[in-house]
Amino acid sequence: MKRIAITVAAFAALAGCGGSGSDGPLVVSAASSLKGAFTALGGARFSFAGSDQLAAQIRQGVKPDAFASANTKLPDALHDEGLVEKPVVFAGNRLVLAVPANSKIATVGDLEQPGVKLAVGSAEVPAGSYTREVLARLGPAVSRRILANVRTAEPDVKGVVGKLTQGAVDAGFVYVTDVRATQGALKAIELPAKVAPAVDYGVAVVRGARHPEAAWKFVDGLRAGKGRQALADAGFTLP
Amino acid sequence: MSAFRLWIGAALAVALAFLTLPVLAIFLNTSPGRLLDSLDDPAARDALLLSLKTTTLALAIILAVGTPAAYLLATRRFRGRSLVLTLVELPLVLPPAVAGIALLAAVGPQGIFGDALAEAHVELALQRAGVVVALVFVAAPFYLRQAVAAFAAVEPTLLQASRTLGASEAATLARVVVPTALPGLAAGTALAWGRALGEFGATLMFAGSFRGITQTAPLAIYDDFTDDFSGALALSAVLVCVSAALLISVKLAGGERGLAAR
Repeated sequence: MKRIAITVAAFAALAGCGGSGSDGPLVVSAASSLKGAFTALGGARFSFAGSDQLAAQIRQGVKPDAFASANTKLPDALHDEGLVEKPVVFAGNRLVLAVPANSKIATVGDLEQPGVKLAVGSAEVPAGSYTREVLARLGPAVSRRILANVRTAEPDVKGVVGKLTQGAVDAGFVYVTDVRATQGALKAIELPAKVAPAVDYGVAVVRGARHPEAAWKFVDGLRAGKGRQALADAGFTLP
Repeated sequence: MSAFRLWIGAALAVALAFLTLPVLAIFLNTSPGRLLDSLDDPAARDALLLSLKTTTLALAIILAVGTPAAYLLATRRFRGRSLVLTLVELPLVLPPAVAGIALLAAVGPQGIFGDALAEAHVELALQRAGVVVALVFVAAPFYLRQAVAAFAAVEPTLLQASRTLGASEAATLARVVVPTALPGLAAGTALAWGRALGEFGATLMFAGSFRGITQTAPLAIYDDFTDDFSGALALSAVLVCVSAALLISVKLAGGERGLAAR
């Protein structure tokens, strides 16, 4: 432990040379799927990645001011661990099956055909865990046939979109907002209501944030006025 | 003078601490027991095995094509030679993300050779072959560079003697040039192997991440760090050991001299 303390102290000394004061921009860690909406909204320096990666960074001691996740599970878990304040739900999304605009694939059932190439999120990233929820509800036989067609498990949902737009796969499970952001390159196939997961986005102020007031203002702003509008424009549902 | 000495000494101490502490932290965070446990994890084993297979295959291709190509570059003078040298060394300094985009643009499904490859039923994206292509692309320059230097450093009198004794150029290459340049070639091989082993960005972009097929050890570390940080640490520790072994073999092979000769 002592050796670790020395390591940490040395890094703190090095970091100190950076001279980071209490000012500087508001920093928000946000799920990849929020990229379009948050970039349009502005007002903070955003770090976009898979929600699970951002949560892992917070667990490793990285302190953004706020954390916006593509689920409620991760912010809730961080809250239970005492790392973030109480999360609030600020948006909803729909998981869909995305295919190239000219694809012949029309239903989730078509994914069972041998030779169909599929991209999913990794098991840890929200888009991937929602996908596994859907497959579980489709039953073990269907799920097995579809999983046999998975060619890549991407670290975040934008990776799935990239594999689709590059033509490396025939279909992928992403959010309806991601399909919308491709401006017609991809089309969304809605999932049957009985297998579609509930996708709620939670946001929380990080404990020990450098700008707690501004962070709360950002969180509140997502549920009113300009923030709400930016989310609606990107295709999110609002609570 | 003593202030100067203090200054350069302090600079070295800072550099040493900065470069070694993060690597050391991997081991301070992992107990040796946990390290061994992680090797029992099937996902980690799959990733290490895949890394071993793909890097070995990539190195075989690099050696087979790179050795004669480097020989030509080292022994012939022609117009545009330095341009060719610069071009083959370019991937050395390319950001991995650029390598990924470049491979997609060239041999991806929608790349300029995408249709031709599809007609020939060659599939690279999201395939193990795609991993090997990405590894060859990023690692080959490390070998080529070293091999050219090693061949160029072979005493011309040795070649003349061999030719005077009636050996063909091919025989001279095989029996005289390659054995003489072997330390440099070995150093280049180890450096290329190290680069291939660490390849991440281009692989993820071009070949994706699928356990047992395209998820190499660095990709498995990235996949692990969110939910199994100690597993990611353990896998990292293995890669540190392998990389260190490769670097030491470069030193033992006299790669230092090879580099200095350039």
